[in-house]
Amino acid sequence: MPKVIYVAGDGSERIVQAELNDSVMEAATKNGVPGIIAECGGNCSCATCHVYVRADFRAQAGPPGDLEDDLLELGVSERRCGSRLSCQIRMTESLDGLIVDIPRQQP
Amino acid sequence: MSGGTLIVGAGQAGVQVAISLRANGDEQPVTIIGAEPYLPYQRPPLSKAFLATAATPESLAFRVRSFYQEQRIELICGQTVEELALDPAGAPGSGHAVTDRGTRVAFDRLALAVGARPRRLDLPGSDLRGVYYLRNINDAIALRAHFASARRAVVIGGGFIGLEIAATARTRGLSVTVVEAAGRLLSRSVAPVISDFYRQAHLRHDVDIRVGVTITGLSGVGGQVRQVEFSDRTQSDADLVVIGVGISPRTELAEHLGLVCKGGIMVDSFSRTSNPSVVAAGDCTVFPSPVTGNGLVRLESVDNAISQARVAAATLLGAPQAYQGVPWFWSDQYDLKLQTAGLSIGHDSYITRGDPASEKFSVLYYKNGALCAVDAINHAADYIAVRRALSLGMTIDPEIACDPSIKLKELIGR
Repeated sequence: MPKVIYVAGDGSERIVQAELNDSVMEAATKNGVPGIIAECGGNCSCATCHVYVRADFRAQAGPPGDLEDDLLELGVSERRCGSRLSCQIRMTESLDGLIVDIPRQQP
Repeated sequence: MSGGTLIVGAGQAGVQVAISLRANGDEQPVTIIGAEPYLPYQRPPLSKAFLATAATPESLAFRVRSFYQEQRIELICGQTVEELALDPAGAPGSGHAVTDRGTRVAFDRLALAVGARPRRLDLPGSDLRGVYYLRNINDAIALRAHFASARRAVVIGGGFIGLEIAATARTRGLSVTVVEAAGRLLSRSVAPVISDFYRQAHLRHDVDIRVGVTITGLSGVGGQVRQVEFSDRTQSDADLVVIGVGISPRTELAEHLGLVCKGGIMVDSFSRTSNPSVVAAGDCTVFPSPVTGNGLVRLESVDNAISQARVAAATLLGAPQAYQGVPWFWSDQYDLKLQTAGLSIGHDSYITRGDPASEKFSVLYYKNGALCAVDAINHAADYIAVRRALSLGMTIDPEIACDPSIKLKELIGR
């Protein structure tokens, strides 16, 4: 099972073993990682699963899709380089060790 | 000894009350009693992805089991509350519950998140095999199993549930008829322009849409449904019938406690019932319309369940915060994603951005000249822009916004 490391605003880390094909959001919510709220359950409608993908993993995770890009544009507290909605990143073996930072505030 | 909080109902609202209590630092015991045997789960996929695929019940769970243990949230799943009483001599809101299996829970605080059941149609033949309602995981598992062998489906009810089921059935290769008693689809939820769009979309997928028509009876062979008779004296063959004609809030426990119920458990903007020490949240509630301030509305949505639950938790902890925020909702049918923000109830004008025939467009609703809602089809940019504008208390000038080449985000501040 690939591993995801969630880093909170205070620097504390949560390491989660994700099921293959679960999204980065699902791996977080199922395990109760604070700061990933995901009200809509992965439908690209609420923008409350926003994360910052660390630079080393951005190519592998890919860029946001069109719909996701629109939500990131206005729906999150602070968009930065590496901003993604974690519901739109599927876990694969090649993403093993993925590190994402959680924003201090979800909308 | 403290009994802590008892939450009756393990759906979206019930689980959120528990999570919010812990997030707000509550250290007292928290117990959730839910009627279904599964870990608490998301309902929206039941009429969408879960119905279309072989997804497992576990894939719908909000949280893994260990989360509840870590958070010291006691889950009692697969039991229903049969006895519920407030203690007249105890602190306000305290009392006890007993389940059908004899589990007894004492509580200091009570939250009702009991949800709703599908409204039943009492028709000749509605007890035949092959006639389904859809509310929970077991309903969805039974329905999708029948999709594999069924050929002709009739969906009774042209609301979101009915249309999502129709789209899924069509995708699974069934021929589908949708019957809606009102004069248009989705009449409770959207403006006629969106109703027309969905009618056209389903027609393009060869769904037979009949509006202004009701069902007069179902007939079968060997106990299995075979035919549906309509009020216009026509009939249709059907080996699968789904009834999606709305929900009835589960108000029995609330009524037993003497709480005021009017088509749902009445709550205020702090999720307080008519007994201010008892809170309620989610599909089981009605509340004064946030748009008109009078009349009672029920918002059957994930957003409302979560928002009311958060407010309910704050109220229980003695730090009440009024319900705020912009309502939002979504629906998936075929490759059409509807995203809606705000409430279009009571709008007096609207503008359409883009061509509905392109399957990417939005409708902005106005009341007294002020923006009040958006329905966006495959158009997240407009959805999120309106949601943001409404959350900031801003409007968007319809004279400018009616030009679809102008991006709405440029009309509102960040």
